[in-house]
Order: sequence, then C-alpha cells, then structure tokens
Amino acid sequence: MLKIDNIQKTFNVGTVNEVKALENICIEVEESSWVCVLGTNGSGKSTVLNAIAGSFPVDEGSIVLDGVDITKWSENSRAKYIGRVFQNPFSGTAPGMSIQENLALALKRGKRRGLGWGLPSSLIADLKKMVTPLNMGLEERLDSPIGKLSGGQRQALTVLMATAVKPQLLLLDEHTAALDPKTAAKVIELTQQIVNRDKLTTLMVTHSMQQAVSLGDRIIMMHHGKVAYDFKGEDKKRLKVNDLLSLFDEIRRKDMIDPAVAKLLQEYYV
Amino acid sequence: MSLLIGSITIGLILALLALGIFISFRIFNFPDMTAEGSFTCGAATGASLIVGGMNPLLACLIAFIVGMLAGATTGVIHTHFKINPLLAGILVMTALYSVNLHIMGKSNMPLLSETTVFTWIENLSASISGPDAVSNLLGWEVNTKNLWVLLFCVLSVTAFSYILFWFFRTNIGTAMRATGNNDQMIRALGVNTKVMIIIGTALSNGFIALSGALLAQYQGFADVQMGIGMMVWGLASVIIGEAIINDNSLGAVILGAVIGSVLFRLLVAIALRWGLNPNDLKLITALFVFVALILPTLMANRKPTFKRRVNA
Repeated sequence: MLKIDNIQKTFNVGTVNEVKALENICIEVEESSWVCVLGTNGSGKSTVLNAIAGSFPVDEGSIVLDGVDITKWSENSRAKYIGRVFQNPFSGTAPGMSIQENLALALKRGKRRGLGWGLPSSLIADLKKMVTPLNMGLEERLDSPIGKLSGGQRQALTVLMATAVKPQLLLLDEHTAALDPKTAAKVIELTQQIVNRDKLTTLMVTHSMQQAVSLGDRIIMMHHGKVAYDFKGEDKKRLKVNDLLSLFDEIRRKDMIDPAVAKLLQEYYV
Repeated sequence: MSLLIGSITIGLILALLALGIFISFRIFNFPDMTAEGSFTCGAATGASLIVGGMNPLLACLIAFIVGMLAGATTGVIHTHFKINPLLAGILVMTALYSVNLHIMGKSNMPLLSETTVFTWIENLSASISGPDAVSNLLGWEVNTKNLWVLLFCVLSVTAFSYILFWFFRTNIGTAMRATGNNDQMIRALGVNTKVMIIIGTALSNGFIALSGALLAQYQGFADVQMGIGMMVWGLASVIIGEAIINDNSLGAVILGAVIGSVLFRLLVAIALRWGLNPNDLKLITALFVFVALILPTLMANRKPTFKRRVNA
C-alpha cells in the first residue's frame, strides 16, 4: 500500500543548524494496517509524516502510494489520496468559515472545484447526518463559525473532514496531544470507529504509549531520524506500556555514549 | 445638492476599489500595494483607448483585464519566488509607474472632449428629458443627467457586488476564502493555494483598475499620480463598512465595503467644504486608518480597568 524507500532529509544544509531529520527510512505499510509511530522529541516521527504528506521535498529516496510514485508530487496533489489531522486543533479547520462550509470543503478533497455552489442546500441534510454521531450538538449550529468551537470539537470535526472522502492513507500527527484527557479519549474513540468502519490504512504519530499499545496492529519506534524498532503482528500484541518504557530507557542509555563509541562497543561485544 | 450627488457618484466608483482591497486584504489577508499602480494603470489604459477611439465600455473591460494581469504578476512574484506580499506589491507598483507613463505617453491625459461611458449616459438623459432638464429631488433642484449617472453607478456597483457575492460562494470561491483563512488546512484538502492567491490578486486588481478607468472618465482625465494613497483609501472604506455593518457574513462585508466607500467620500467632501486643506487629505486619511486599526485593541485593553472599578 505505502512503500517508503530509503528517504533522507537534512534541514538547514551547510549551516550550524544542520539537522539530519531522516536517515535511510524504509517503511512498508500493508493495506488497512494501522501503524503507531513512537519516538522521543526530535526523533523525526512527525517529519516522516510530513514527508509523506509532501510538506517538503525529500533529498533522496521514493514514496510510493498504492503503486503510484508520489515523491515529486506537491502537497495539494497528494491530498487527493491522503487525509490529514494535525497536532494543533486549530490547523485543520478554517476558523472564519461556518461548520457546514468547512465540511463541504472537505467533501471536495482532491476533486475539481469549479463554479458550482460551494454549499448546495441539498447537502445540508447530509452534513447534519455526518455530525450527529459526534453527540456535540453541532447539527443545530452548522452555520456558526468553526472558530467559536472548542479545540476538542474542532479536532473531532477535523477527523471527520479528513475521512469525509475515503482517503487511501490517513495521517494522524499527535492529533490528541493538545487536548485534555477526556476530550482526547473521545477523539480517539471517533478515530477508531472511522478507521475500523472504512478499514483505512493509517499512520499515527503519538506520544502516548497507552494509545500505541491499545490501538493499531504495528508500532514503529524512531530515534535520531532512523527506525529503531518495528513490532508487527503477535509481537505488537504482546507489547505492554512497560516494555515500551524500557525500550525508551535503553535508547536513552545508548544516547549517553558517543554514537561512534557505541558502534565500536556493539561491534566488539554484541 | 449637486455636490452631494457628485460625492456619492465618486464614492460608488471608488466602491469598486474598496471591493478590490476587500478581496486582497480581507479574503486573502494579503496587503497588496499593487493597488496604487493598478488603479492608475486602469485609468491610463481606459483613457488611452478612449482617446484612440475605442468604445468606452470595451476600454473599461480591457482596463479590467490589464489590472488582472498586474495583480497576477504580484501573485506570481509572491507565490513562486517566495517574496513577501508587501514587497511583491511594491515591486509591481513601482514598475507600473513606468508602464503607465508608456501607456499614456505623458503624465496627464485629458478626456473632456472624448466620448466616455458618462457622455453616453448624459446623451441618454438629454434624449429622454431634454439637455438641461432639472429634476426635483426631495425639494432640491438637481441636474437630471447627474441623477442618471448616479443611477448607472448604483446599478453597476450592485451588479459587481453581486457577482463577487456569488463567486465567493462557489466551490472555487469558498476554497479561496479558506486559503486566506487557513492555508495549511485547505492545502491538506487538495487545493493549490498558489493558484488561489494568483487568481485572488488578479481579481482584486481587476476591480481596482476598473475603478480607476471609471474615475478617469468621470473626472475627465487620467493622471499618473492618481493612484497614490488609493490603497489606504480603499482600506478606510472597508474598515468604515465593517464598523457600520458589524456582521462578518460575506454579503454583509461586501455591502459594508460599498457603503463605507460612499460614506468616506461624503466625509471627505464635507471636510473639504468646511475648509480642510486638500493637501492634508492623505495625512488625515492615513491617521484615520491608523486610529481605526488600533481602536479595537485600545477598547479591549480598557475593559478590565473598567470592570475593576465597577467591582470596587
């Protein structure tokens, strides 16, 4: 389904701030698989997602989605196949426009936008049906601006919008990190419902090990722009939060030593 | 009274400018300085073509298109060469100064003896009610032909406002509004925001150029300096409109820009009548916009102290 082959990205090349954000990343994701991407701050997990979404061009390697090489595609062309939810609940919706206009925009994701009505009255009933299951009372205030809603409500709507047209790939970038625990749980529940209903191929970056353990069928742990661990199938099912924590500890301990020394030690003693 | 009607007419012609500024400033959040150049460019293009014997309506249309080209240039400079919007606009505005001089071949082009849109309307008025007919408007005696000109301006501004109102509710128009509101979001929904910005600046400057072309015909000349300060003028109109209408829906904001433009022109006419030195006009306009821009923040900062006093 998604095949990331050896992608590399270095930011601020040739300056003191040069960062190797992604180094030789190879990930293959099967259809309808839900992958949780974990990692410390600055490990490159969000960068991988942004590389797939096309926020910046990669330096090397290729990204193939459903047999189509999208490496050179612009961000907006890729949006035809990719649904996205951002970490910031305010990033996924247009605050000055009404709930119904935002939803109508999402229903046109990747489609040609011409001079037809942006919000035909025949669509309103469908939009009501879309938001009613959220149980937020939004169906009664479809015409109020989305900027007046809470972060949780906006993020729930963004999840709806990203999946309004079935995407071939859903990218969730820590989409509950900025929400309070109760709202986060609600948004996760909604995400789970939709992903399971439509059998979406999903890549979810998260900081919550609880989420990583309880959701999806695969965990990828990243470190220093590389894939450090990759657990699938039965291995993933057996993983507990404590196992992940000890893995993080291990990574951190390795970090204390110089990478060159660590490599040397590994060669001699492992 | 004829001064009043004249002010309203100019206010309506400049309402097209206000609508253009509304598109760039309010829809796209794009402080587009091109306005100053494209306003003159529209006037220069319209005037030269009319002097060359072209049908004045066709000349207006071509002025509109030339304005769109100027705006599109700014859009391309900003989106494809990643130059800050303000600077992109200043670059095109500066370049347009020379272009405008080339179009006219001189710095001022009189149109008094030419057939303009307004001569047509005056002729129409003369054929219906006689050449020097006078009408009674609420007790005042007014030149009938001036009323016809006013009517023409009301109708055309209404038509253009409605076209904008329609356009910004179509699929592409909604996507354009979303581009100005949250570009990251709309890119994630598959819209090429660069194209949206280019269409937006083009449309905005098309309206501005048309406004310039009509003003040149109304006042009887085009001048290479006539665009100076026009952006702030348009902005003042939009701000006044927003303050009066106090409603953020699309139709209300468009209507507000038109009403704001007419009111602002009236205010200026009254101030000039009361003896304001015309040289101070731009200073006063700039001060006015400055105050209008900081007023909401000042008011917000005042509120807490007020509450504290009430509580104590």
